[in-house]
Amino acid sequence: MENSVTSFLPVLACLASLLAVPLILIFRKEPFLREASTFLAGFAKFGFVLAMLPVILSGKVIEYTFVEGIAGISVPIKFRVDGLGMTFALVASSLWIVTSLYAIGYMRGLKEHSQTRFFSFFALSLSATLGVAFSGNLLTLYLFYELLSLSTWPLVTHHQDKEARGGGRTYLSHLLGTSVAFGIPAIIYTYVKSGGDLSFAGDAMLAGSDMSYLQGVVLLLAFAFGFSKAGLMPFHSWLPGAMVAPTPVSALLHAVAVVKVGVFCVIRVITGVFGTGLLEKLGANLVLCWIAAFTVVTSSLIAMSQDNLKRRLAFSTIGQLSYIVLGVALLAPYAVQGSMMHIAMHAFGKITLFFCAGAIFVATGKKYISQLDGLGKVMPWTMGAFAIGALSVTGLPPTGGLLSKIYMIRGAADAQQFALLAVYLVSSVLNGVYFFPIIYRAFFKSQPTGELSVGVKEAPFACVLPLTLTAIGSVLLFFFPGLLFDLTSLMLPGK
Amino acid sequence: MGDQLPAIIVLAPMFGAMFVGLFGNRDHRVCFPIVFASLLISLCASIAAAQQVFTSGEVIDYFMAGWEEPIGIGIHLRIDSLNALILVLISVVVVLVSFFSIRRAGDQHTEKTPQFYILYLLLCVGLLGISITGDAFNLFVLVEVSSLTSYGLVAMGSSRRGTHAALNYLLMGTVGASFYLLGVGYLYLKTGTLNMQDIHAILQANGEIAESNAVSIAFLLILVGIWIKMAFFPLHGWLPNAYSYCPSTSACLLAPLMTKVSVYVMVRVMIGVFGVEWVFVNLGWSHLVVWLAVIAILAGSMLALAQREIKKMLCYLIVAEVGYMVGGAWLSDPDHWGLTGSLYHILADAMMTLCLFLAAGVFAKRLGAIEIKDLEGLFKKMPLTSVAFVIAALGMIGVPPTAGFYSKFYLIRGAIEGGHWEYVAALLISSLVNAVLFFRIFEIAFFGNKPAEGHGHDDHHEEETPNLEAPWSALFPLLASAAIIILLGLFNGPIVDLLRESLEHLPSIVTTQAD
Repeated sequence: MENSVTSFLPVLACLASLLAVPLILIFRKEPFLREASTFLAGFAKFGFVLAMLPVILSGKVIEYTFVEGIAGISVPIKFRVDGLGMTFALVASSLWIVTSLYAIGYMRGLKEHSQTRFFSFFALSLSATLGVAFSGNLLTLYLFYELLSLSTWPLVTHHQDKEARGGGRTYLSHLLGTSVAFGIPAIIYTYVKSGGDLSFAGDAMLAGSDMSYLQGVVLLLAFAFGFSKAGLMPFHSWLPGAMVAPTPVSALLHAVAVVKVGVFCVIRVITGVFGTGLLEKLGANLVLCWIAAFTVVTSSLIAMSQDNLKRRLAFSTIGQLSYIVLGVALLAPYAVQGSMMHIAMHAFGKITLFFCAGAIFVATGKKYISQLDGLGKVMPWTMGAFAIGALSVTGLPPTGGLLSKIYMIRGAADAQQFALLAVYLVSSVLNGVYFFPIIYRAFFKSQPTGELSVGVKEAPFACVLPLTLTAIGSVLLFFFPGLLFDLTSLMLPGK
Repeated sequence: MGDQLPAIIVLAPMFGAMFVGLFGNRDHRVCFPIVFASLLISLCASIAAAQQVFTSGEVIDYFMAGWEEPIGIGIHLRIDSLNALILVLISVVVVLVSFFSIRRAGDQHTEKTPQFYILYLLLCVGLLGISITGDAFNLFVLVEVSSLTSYGLVAMGSSRRGTHAALNYLLMGTVGASFYLLGVGYLYLKTGTLNMQDIHAILQANGEIAESNAVSIAFLLILVGIWIKMAFFPLHGWLPNAYSYCPSTSACLLAPLMTKVSVYVMVRVMIGVFGVEWVFVNLGWSHLVVWLAVIAILAGSMLALAQREIKKMLCYLIVAEVGYMVGGAWLSDPDHWGLTGSLYHILADAMMTLCLFLAAGVFAKRLGAIEIKDLEGLFKKMPLTSVAFVIAALGMIGVPPTAGFYSKFYLIRGAIEGGHWEYVAALLISSLVNAVLFFRIFEIAFFGNKPAEGHGHDDHHEEETPNLEAPWSALFPLLASAAIIILLGLFNGPIVDLLRESLEHLPSIVTTQAD
């Protein structure tokens, strides 16, 4: 049995960015101080997360119960940090600092309106993200999940124009609608079925309960579709719709925080609610596997047909999310570990790609792939980072994406699911097919005549630095994945 | 002093009303202090009584002037842990609304100020009395006290539609009261007593009476009477016009309390007079009523979706919420989670409705916003009011950690355990409809009706917007109610624990469990 430590640190890590909101509002007339408070909160948050790392690595779990409920009647609001939550929190809080820098460059570069509102809600959504990462029971998880949907809505609709309104509607109707329609009944059904146990500590909630195959499948799908931030088809269209947001939002929230919260929840459901043992006995996981596999292939095919760079990235994200869902639904230890690692690997790769897309937009105003000819020569840093990000998402060395993909493929082999193994391989090829033409265009095609004279330069430094850092991060994850291995292997049963 | 708490609770506003009548006409400025003082006394006494009940775990029985029932037709007040919560709820709401009344009463119908406050206080007497009376006939009297005053409060506005709505309300309300009275008459014939406890004891002891048709008919009449009073679909016709065309303060007072107190009366009659076992096992109407509730929820939600006026929309939401509570109370699941959920929802929904109607009142006053489309740019114009409005809206949708989420949680739990999947579906559909309703408003408040063609740019300065924020007299109750919505949610554990305990202490449930 794992031993737990009580500490206020997870709450502090969660609150750090929430406390920045009043500061940001106070300094709304002083852009410098306003941005300084974002950074202050960012570093504080990352510091709190790092402070918990040694405890987690020593195999312990940090817990903090916020509002104590009466036993057997209600479920307390509880924080609990384990290896998986730690992995996700590290990724989200470190990338927030980088994104804040990027956001300043981007928002000022484009002279965006309502920057105070933008930074406030950005900080709020980070609180919600860490809340999900550190939630100790299903109800707390759901609380922060909904908070995240709501706090990102003003970010998605930031431009306040017709397109933003449409995107915002799709966004909320998908996220809120599915969580109310499928998520709440699934949670309450679990509560009734497990006799009032919604805690992630100890055995899985439903481990001891008797369930028929049909019940298992329906409940699993209700969870998987209820947490539609994971982007499983047919509830994926909110993500391309959310691309109307300013790029920093697309980068951190729709490549890292929001979407990873979705898959994080699915992982929690499979490992913490059902337990791999029960699902294996029922065989209910295969249904989810095939839905995820379908999403992987279909979204890759759709991505190929998109000319808008951000939309292509969005469909690529949908596919990558389903990699993770597929990995954990395979239930084989290697696949589960691989999918947990893929949260981090994909985060660094995809955020780089989005940063690049935004940097291109700031520097040249271009949104479409067909306009990118010869851009590598004028924006070498940006396009170089783009190439590294593309390598990582495709899963090629020397980037971290390779490692997690190998783990998931090995897991598929262990589970004797060779058809699903083929899905991984085919989709990797498809990833290459939709990314490499972009790199080819940028570096090997010449700029269309007539544009040479236009003084296109590299994007502002505040944009280029973050994307360089995350690209380096992707490469470093390939050479030094030890921390990630250690954290994720804590989550495997029997270790 | 401590022994007289139940009497103080009811009498303080009653004497307050008399003082307002005596002095208020000479100088309107004395009205508010008298009202506030008497409501505050009542609030303190309620809290003290609740404290006493919760700590000792015993029921406070109080006989006015020492006339013990059933010998004389006395006035029996009874506070147990169930109605102690309702009591505190009512007194908190009326104190909060009294702040909101400050400016309103001052500048709109000045010549009617004392009359308005007299009705206000008498309504409080009625509501507080309903929640603590132990006598079925006194209940009728108090229901009529509160109803008659509310007809007056609705008719106080200057609009002709308000007067018309009040007449409609009066007709329907009187029919409801007559049904109730008829039912009590049947009961009196069969049992020879009007005291709730005695009726219950007789029905429990004497199987022949309990199974007679007359008692079933009595129950049906009482039920229909209460349903009219709580606007249970399809008996809701009077509510939308009455609450949307009356003065804002009246709406803020009536909308949160009248329907919710009627739900409490229904629960009290079900478990305190007839007994849970009799209602669920002997009668066996539970499926029928839950289906009626499902229809009420769906109809209320759909009608709300069709409204253009803010208050009308909120009124139809009340109709849907009444469906929640009636359905929840009738789920008849073995552990009474449905009943618990619907009692908890009385508290939660009262606070949410209060907050929403206060906000609607502020919108009408400060922005002249009657229809949803008038709310353009709301978030910039009045940020604090918007915060409270958003919190209440999230409560209605059922987003944690607001109270609205937890009441849905307990209600759905009861429905799953009782096997009423149709009720689960209705609750979820209604939550989704609420989400659509409120996000439609948020969209207009955020984007305006016609979204900009391109998106705006500005250099680092945020543009100044005119400050239309509500005055503190309105902001305080708004923010307080929003805070209570969240606190009720966060501390749902202890509150539900109290409710469960009170259900266990009611005699009927104990006997159910003993069988």
